[in-house]
Amino acid sequence: MNRIEQRFLDLRAAGRKGLVVYIGAGDPNLSATEALATAFDQAGVDILELGVPFSDPLADGIVNQLAAQRGLESGTTPPKVLQSIQRIRTQSEIPIVLYIYFNLLHRVGVDRFIREAAAAGVDGLLVLDLPPEESVDYEALMVTAGLCPIYLIAPTTPEARIAFIAPRAKGFIYYISREGVTGMQSKVSSTIAEMTRLIRAHSQTPIAVGFGISNADQAREVAAHAEAIVVGSAIVSRIAEHGHSPDLVPRVASFVAELSQAIRSLPSSLPPS
Amino acid sequence: MSSTQYATPSMPDAQGHFGPFGGRYVPETLVHPLQQLEDEYWRAQQDPDFQQELDYYLREFVGRPTPLYYAERLTRELGGAKIYLKREDLLHTGAHKINNAMGQVLLARRMGKTRIIGETGAGQHGVATATVAAMFGMQCVIYMGAVDCKRQELNVYRMKMLGAEVVAVKAGQQTLKEAVNEAMRDWVTHVRSTHYILGTAYGAHPYPVMVRNFHRIIGDEARRQILEQEKRLPDILIACVGGGSNAIGLFYPFLNDPSVRMLGIEAGGEGILPERHAARFQGGSLGVLQGTRSYILQDAFGQIQLTHSVSAGLDYAAVGPEHAWLRDEKRVDYDYATDTEALDAFMRLARLEGIIPALESAHAVAGAIKVAPNLSKDALIIVNLSGRGDKDVMHAAQQIGLKLPD
Ligand SMILES: Cc1ncc(COP(=O)(O)O)c(C=O)c1O
Repeated sequence: MNRIEQRFLDLRAAGRKGLVVYIGAGDPNLSATEALATAFDQAGVDILELGVPFSDPLADGIVNQLAAQRGLESGTTPPKVLQSIQRIRTQSEIPIVLYIYFNLLHRVGVDRFIREAAAAGVDGLLVLDLPPEESVDYEALMVTAGLCPIYLIAPTTPEARIAFIAPRAKGFIYYISREGVTGMQSKVSSTIAEMTRLIRAHSQTPIAVGFGISNADQAREVAAHAEAIVVGSAIVSRIAEHGHSPDLVPRVASFVAELSQAIRSLPSSLPPS
Repeated sequence: MSSTQYATPSMPDAQGHFGPFGGRYVPETLVHPLQQLEDEYWRAQQDPDFQQELDYYLREFVGRPTPLYYAERLTRELGGAKIYLKREDLLHTGAHKINNAMGQVLLARRMGKTRIIGETGAGQHGVATATVAAMFGMQCVIYMGAVDCKRQELNVYRMKMLGAEVVAVKAGQQTLKEAVNEAMRDWVTHVRSTHYILGTAYGAHPYPVMVRNFHRIIGDEARRQILEQEKRLPDILIACVGGGSNAIGLFYPFLNDPSVRMLGIEAGGEGILPERHAARFQGGSLGVLQGTRSYILQDAFGQIQLTHSVSAGLDYAAVGPEHAWLRDEKRVDYDYATDTEALDAFMRLARLEGIIPALESAHAVAGAIKVAPNLSKDALIIVNLSGRGDKDVMHAAQQIGLKLPD
């Protein structure tokens, strides 16, 4: 079974919430990415979302833009990211999602990219700028390769569109809790309860909520409404700060463990099946 | 020549595809707002009140129609085809860009938006957007690459005088592409209150078709004018191609006339070497950038490449999807002019015709300078003079070493 789907089944059985962590691949370099991935696995991260650096990350706020820039500067290319994932797979079975802009798939061919990603040990793709209307054969190729197509739902997504998107998502549905780019914020969005209810009306697929969660309190607040939470910029900004310090990995991992701890105590919102 | 219909209501299709190009490749947050924009645009297009209001402002404020002017001395000097200039440079604010900005601001008002944003390269679209925002008392923010702010300084001051906030974008190569990224980030964040007036025939559906339709008035007028003046259709249309708005505006009403050839001129920069030009049809390949599928300048992994042009408005890594389709259909030819050729055309038009063109438009003039001598004296060329060159005077003076008198 796909590692993401398996993880959500395990979480549900254990009555726990999931923690999805985003970092930019190759920031500050790919060996750091590999070390972080295995440390995150031990620190209680349920799913690792790896941003593949792109020259024009128009859905990202400044923190993740700078991470992509550092990734590109360290020579990170999509094939090198896949090689890193192969190395991670010798140590860890942590589910991995690539957060990626469509041109990077399109350039080598969607079919080839998906096959190579699956072979490297990737479990899902979140293609930022590929709405289902444009995905043509993408979904079929993903399913054939055993990968989960992760789709976004936004506060601007009307219910009719939720009904269109939600059934196509596999693994989890990513609800982005506010209009905007990735980045931290001081207050949790007020749309979450209402929107997660709407999404549930159209799908059994677990929901992960993200965009703007920056500390343990917010993590706990958001996790009350979903099967998982996603934390990105708050971690990326710590990598930016400690990127060249010898204790980068323990520092970031201890922040991640704190987040994991904060949501562990919450009961699963879906009854165990 | 084939008699295929290239201008038809089914192009683009309902999803904004021109053949394999175009579409709507955006983050989910923007999908529904783009759908709403599209719905409102089609409603407005059918609404006689909207058309009447737009016509009124185009005539009384923007200054339409523009002349189709016979460039007699340039024609004589080149010794071939007769050259006409479509004088978009005479429009209020100095370029064709305001045709689209005016249309979109009226649309934004219909949608109840209170805030306008835009991106700009040469600053002409930024000035046009700041202008229409001022006219209607709307808040306005313009994103412009920091490098472009420097080389088009005059337009930065104009935008500020018009009450717009100008944000200098410092990411990447600090030119038009980065300004578009930043405008899209703003839009995604403020989409409920804000309309994004995209300045070229590019981006996610419905922008390419909507921007083209707001500019087709250029070609509609030119067609009527040349039929009046010469009693026949032109042989060649020439326009510069950044994203492609002035070119598609001129070309579109002639697409179904098989006898009319069309030539788009891209920015050849310092020649077709990696990162030294912006000629997407020379060095580019199929890709997806900033909402649409088209020809883009990219590396083997799909990272967008650096570009270069003396002209900020043409210095962009991608070309509008309708142009990509017209080129693959072989309906329109695309060539390029280098920085040197454009500067030469800039000076020649000034000295021969008393018209200082925008550096962007000078690329189209350079195209005519190449083509006209090889044509007979009764051939007719229409060059889209998309803008005037006030903004480029300082830059060009430095390039050619003009000095103030002692
Ligand atoms: C005068 C002028 N012409 C042409 C262009 C290029 O844009 P487009 O290809 O959309 O006409 C610009 C863009 O800034 C411009 O200012």
